[in-house]
Amino acid sequence: MKKLILFLLAISVIPLSHVHAENRVVQNLFEQYASQGVTQPSAERGEKLWQQRFSATGKFSERSCTSCHTSNINKSGKHIRTNKVIKPMSPTENPKRLTNMKKVNKWFKRNCKWTFGRECSAQEKADILAYLSKSVMKQK
Amino acid sequence: MKSTLAIGSVIFTISILSIPVVWSDSDFDWDKYKRKSSGVAAVSNPVYQEECGSCHMAYPPGLLPSRSWEKIMDHLDKHFDDNAELDPQTHQTISQLLTKNSADKSNYRRSQKFSRSISQNDIPLRITETPYFIREHNEIPKRMVSGNPKVQSFSQCNSCHLKAEKGSFNEHNINIPGYGRWDD
Repeated sequence: MKKLILFLLAISVIPLSHVHAENRVVQNLFEQYASQGVTQPSAERGEKLWQQRFSATGKFSERSCTSCHTSNINKSGKHIRTNKVIKPMSPTENPKRLTNMKKVNKWFKRNCKWTFGRECSAQEKADILAYLSKSVMKQK
Repeated sequence: MKSTLAIGSVIFTISILSIPVVWSDSDFDWDKYKRKSSGVAAVSNPVYQEECGSCHMAYPPGLLPSRSWEKIMDHLDKHFDDNAELDPQTHQTISQLLTKNSADKSNYRRSQKFSRSISQNDIPLRITETPYFIREHNEIPKRMVSGNPKVQSFSQCNSCHLKAEKGSFNEHNINIPGYGRWDD
């Protein structure tokens, strides 16, 4: 009986450690942004930024994160230029999201430049990250 | 008479046995013939697939000459209305891979056709602008491609060429969505 309880306990820990591992990348990023002066990441501000529209010159005169990712981060998006399917941004729907630091930095750089016409500030990145990872953080 | 026959048969046997030795002579480049396939070289490099294939089909490098790839790689911050910047190390890896497998350096027959069709002074940035591409697709009605919601553009090779990413553009592997096979 004791063994069984120990076994069940051991099993129950597995999914928790999984969630924790996913968050390590996000945590590390928050720490980086904190070292750049960002103490209060806000999921609410992140959501606003996600939905905000920016004007640009060229083929796509109005740009937003939602141009490719749609306004629902739990759903698949579509690349505005090539129509290639983009998997959901929410880590609850797509557990691989936000688990690779290099990828997060790469896409922040490219996509901020395309959408806003400039790189994002540490505050903006922290806010967007807070918005995207909100569902995962709650589980902790 | 008997000895002539014996010597003759020895010479015959030796010459038969030596055929594979002569054939496997290092002067004889089997690879050159083996690799001269009808398609273009497939590139399964995971970095290439990840970096280029996350937004569009990872086009086989053998569809454009090296001078085109160099120009494309020099302007990744303005890559067909998108930003596709790479870190310096990844940039170098992909540049090398593209040049090595480009149409003008390839042994593949179809790559050579692409390369030969382009004038030396031209640096096309789109595969669909090359004379060979245009010639091969000029009989296809617009309604099947740009007017076809399941295809939309000639840039989506793999919408119709089922084995495009494997480098095969053979007409037996064509299926135009909503229209089916295409025979020349």
